[in-house]
Amino acid sequence: MDLPISWLKEYVDIDCDVNTFMDKMTMAGQKVEGFADNVCNKARAIRNCVVGRIEKIEKHPNADKLVVCQVNIGKEENIQIVTGAPNVFEGAYVPVALDGAVLANDVRIKKGKLRGVESNGMMCSIEELGFTEHDFPDAEYGIYILRDKPELGSDITEVLQLTDDVIEFEITNNRPDCYSIIGLAREAAAAFNKPFKYPDIEVKALAEGNSSDFVSVEIKNPELCPRYIGRVVKNVKIEPSPLWLRHRLTAAGVRPINNIVDITNYVMLELGQPMHAFDIDTIDEGRIIVRNAEDGEKFTTLDGQQRVLDSSMLVISDPNKAVAVAGVMGGENSKVSPNAAAILFESANFNGPNIRITAKKLGMRTDASAKYEKGLDPNTAYDAVNRAVQLVEMLGCGEVVPGMVDCYPNKREPWEVEYSAESINKLIGFDLSDQEMTDILKLVEVEADGRKAKIPTFRPDLESEADLAEEVARFYGYDKIKTTLAAGTPTCGKKSISQLIEDKTAEVMTAAGLSEAMTFSFESPKVYDKLHIPADSPLRKAVRITNPLGEDFSIMRTQTVNSMLNSLSLNYSRRNGECKLFEMGRVYIPEEVPMKKLPYEQPTLTIGMYGEDVDFYTVKGIIEELAKVLGFNDKLYFMPKSDIPYMHPGRLAEVFYGKESLGYVGEVHPLILKNYSIGVKAYIAVMDIAKYNKLASFEHTFKPLPKYPAVERDIAMLVDDDTTVMEIENIIRQKGGKYLDQVKLFDVYRGDQIKKGYKSVAYSIKFRSADRTLTDDDVSKPIEKIITTLRDKLGAQLRDK
Amino acid sequence: MKDKLMEVRKKAAKSLGEISSLNQLEELRVKLLGKKGELTSIMKEMGKLSKEERPVVGQLANEVRSYIEGELAHAKLHLEEKALDIKLRSEKIDVTMPGKIPAYGHRHPMNIVIEDIKRIFIGMGYEIAEGPEIEDAYYNFTALNIPEGHTARDEQDTFYVEGLGDFLLRTQTSPMQVRVMENRKPPIRIIAPGRVYRSDEVDATHSPIFHQLEGLVIDKGITMGDLKGALEVFAKQLFGEETKVRFRPHHFPFTEPSAEMDATCFGCGGKGCRICKDSGWIEMLGCGMVHPKVLEMSGIDPKVYSGFAFGMGLERVTMQRYGINDLRLLFENDAKFLRQF
Repeated sequence: MDLPISWLKEYVDIDCDVNTFMDKMTMAGQKVEGFADNVCNKARAIRNCVVGRIEKIEKHPNADKLVVCQVNIGKEENIQIVTGAPNVFEGAYVPVALDGAVLANDVRIKKGKLRGVESNGMMCSIEELGFTEHDFPDAEYGIYILRDKPELGSDITEVLQLTDDVIEFEITNNRPDCYSIIGLAREAAAAFNKPFKYPDIEVKALAEGNSSDFVSVEIKNPELCPRYIGRVVKNVKIEPSPLWLRHRLTAAGVRPINNIVDITNYVMLELGQPMHAFDIDTIDEGRIIVRNAEDGEKFTTLDGQQRVLDSSMLVISDPNKAVAVAGVMGGENSKVSPNAAAILFESANFNGPNIRITAKKLGMRTDASAKYEKGLDPNTAYDAVNRAVQLVEMLGCGEVVPGMVDCYPNKREPWEVEYSAESINKLIGFDLSDQEMTDILKLVEVEADGRKAKIPTFRPDLESEADLAEEVARFYGYDKIKTTLAAGTPTCGKKSISQLIEDKTAEVMTAAGLSEAMTFSFESPKVYDKLHIPADSPLRKAVRITNPLGEDFSIMRTQTVNSMLNSLSLNYSRRNGECKLFEMGRVYIPEEVPMKKLPYEQPTLTIGMYGEDVDFYTVKGIIEELAKVLGFNDKLYFMPKSDIPYMHPGRLAEVFYGKESLGYVGEVHPLILKNYSIGVKAYIAVMDIAKYNKLASFEHTFKPLPKYPAVERDIAMLVDDDTTVMEIENIIRQKGGKYLDQVKLFDVYRGDQIKKGYKSVAYSIKFRSADRTLTDDDVSKPIEKIITTLRDKLGAQLRDK
Repeated sequence: MKDKLMEVRKKAAKSLGEISSLNQLEELRVKLLGKKGELTSIMKEMGKLSKEERPVVGQLANEVRSYIEGELAHAKLHLEEKALDIKLRSEKIDVTMPGKIPAYGHRHPMNIVIEDIKRIFIGMGYEIAEGPEIEDAYYNFTALNIPEGHTARDEQDTFYVEGLGDFLLRTQTSPMQVRVMENRKPPIRIIAPGRVYRSDEVDATHSPIFHQLEGLVIDKGITMGDLKGALEVFAKQLFGEETKVRFRPHHFPFTEPSAEMDATCFGCGGKGCRICKDSGWIEMLGCGMVHPKVLEMSGIDPKVYSGFAFGMGLERVTMQRYGINDLRLLFENDAKFLRQF
């Protein structure tokens, strides 16, 4: 909402400087965004431009299209100006930019010679002053001729009322009353504790008859149209508005059109009540019917567009046709033509949400609909229509017919809100007396007596004691409320165990060299094909967004791999030699589609890596370390797996704790890498955080440090290539006996010296006792058992060293 | 003989002064003390001395020997130190070569900020709450005093999701307030960071997915003064002790009275600059006293309890703290970006 200070001053005597005004308004709850991007604010930069009169015009000696003017600028000597403008004449009053003048858009004027003839300034067009022919309808092509013959030498910005301080306010949507000059004036009066002057609205209504002789009003749907007022003006003269009115509109950011349109806009700006004017001859039988539109009803609005309406929309109609989309835009068929004899001013109240939806459906949010959608006070409509006809009389552009047709089935009355000063004091934390509160409330026209407050009808936001508390607090001053720290019952601030586990997870990941990624949680359904996920996979059962930004953002992800591969791909394409990422994010798993209840949002750890020193075992090692740090490594193991379509079938392991699957780790399938334009091997691990959350523990028991040396034995064996080292290790552990201390794989070899289809595997096995030094005899038995079992179960052949 | 001994001692002292290497030193030792050395030669002549002279000269000879030995040892130590020093100097490296950086990773800048904020509020007795991102319209709107048809429902550009219910992607972290109030008894002190969704196209300052942090305190006798106190402490902790804050009246459907908190601009410290559009203030968060209707809907008696709530966007705080100029960087995961934090 743009507020011209000059207009504001009409209703409240603000005498401080603009910055103080803006600060105070902001602190009272009407937030100032700053100076509006407005032509009147910009005109403040105009310098050294005055009224002049052309005394004499002579031909330019060296140019056919130029003339040399002697211009009187109220000084003893005339100044000489050369111009090429076609519309100058002797005796014309014109704006003159003197030497050193600054015009709109920072154009600077300096004296100089034009084709050898001295020119000491420039005569200006309205555009050179930053305005348009809309702001000054009497402007013609060329120099702007001042019709009123103002005093010579006077400042042009004052004469033409070009400048203003226009302040832009952010109005909160609970304050429809503040979308008006009056509303902001009322707030300003309260903030500065100055009297508020409501405009004097007086109508002479000298024409004969009564508005009801011309029109009747019938409201078919009072819920959507609580009030409809019509008032008639005869013998209308359509012409441009006077300068003062045009200035106010321009300063408030509305383009002047003609007196009748300008009056409706003026009232809308001043009182916040949208108005409309119909050519009364176009209303059949003079009957206004406010009704719902028919489904499919076609209607051409003022802008020439044909609209298709539906039955949720309200129209203003006569017995035969719609003449306006209520609260949004009038119709082409009823617009006021330049030779309209009589007009009907509409000042009505419509249901806010309904107008909003209609405007949205039709894709035409107008100034009027933007006001209506906030929900206006139907009582304003009365003053508004009178204000409009008052202006008609002031401008002398028509004869106002006495009386109005006012259809207002359910009058909105002021209501009462009960409150107690004590509980307001308790809520805010200050200590005001009954009287102090009543005084503050009076500033915003709320009559209060210490127990009950009578709320004016333009303040629908004041419904309860808390609302009154805010009124009191904001005019008392939020900044004066004393700062305290909540006493009350002390609470222990902490993170939950699962939050600590997530913290620890991030710690392990960063310690392992991984940086934390953050990705979008919605994506395209096409990613399933990109990941070769089969058509019947449950992963494709995703939560679908009804109104997505586009297909690429239309489903909530059911896996995190696509996001991670996209991140790796971006890094690869930007030639980052290595990339090691992790993300802790959610996947969204609906129980069924369409959902009957909210989906499960599963917290998921995703690791993605590529780089020279990265292989399957790097990623696996990170998972192992995570399990160790979080204390669930005791039953952790990795089983070969080959059925995840986007993973390399020979380099994939499912991560188990006991029988529970926690996730998987592996190399990405080369075809998938190609789909993501990743030119190197990449590795992924996905872990269900919720699952390992339950297994994790921060409890660790101390194991005494060894006092006696260990006995170490190395064994190397040939086994079938398909035998996993886990199978070998399990046997070593089972058969190792009570002194078995450590089993460590130290070599796996396939090559020339080994039979094809076999591999050599070597372990170092440590035995240790807590209470003595072991002898060879102590370990030879278990070693023998191990070797025998390995041979029997796995066909392992012991290799000589 | 005495003279000879003194001569040897004198000569030794002189020669030692001229020694510059360990080899020379060894030569000198042999020359003086070796089997055929000067001192040894003199000693061999001891037999020629009278009984009376022998002990006297013997003592002198021993003195001279131990003197020479002492000086030799001293010179040796000195020379060794010197040699080591020369050796070490020859081993010098270029200390301006790059260091070997430990290969640890980095947390996401946004999560660094979130962790800082958590730490501050935990210090003030808050816990961390969590809640679903796919929400029921009841929690996202209705229970927050935004009934159906309310303009705020439109303004928030909500993403709706398909289902046999009024489901949506939460547009704010505030529904977590309601869930906490429904599930816990006062005293409540929580913050709840999380992802929120609004239908905005991606550009340098907008993203359809972004993060907010919600705060809620409910207890007996909580005042607006307490709200100001808690948030002032928070701002000073997060942005520095010199930070000032101001509270402006504002409007939110779920708080009454409502306010917005501005903090002194980090760019100019309050003097006014391009970042704060010359106002000296940066809008930080929205807050207010929990609306009695909201308390009531969540099963908390507004006659007994009061409370305050606040909510803030985290992208902007993160971007301001690190001077990040494009929001899209936060979601790209370029290693060169992530490594900087």
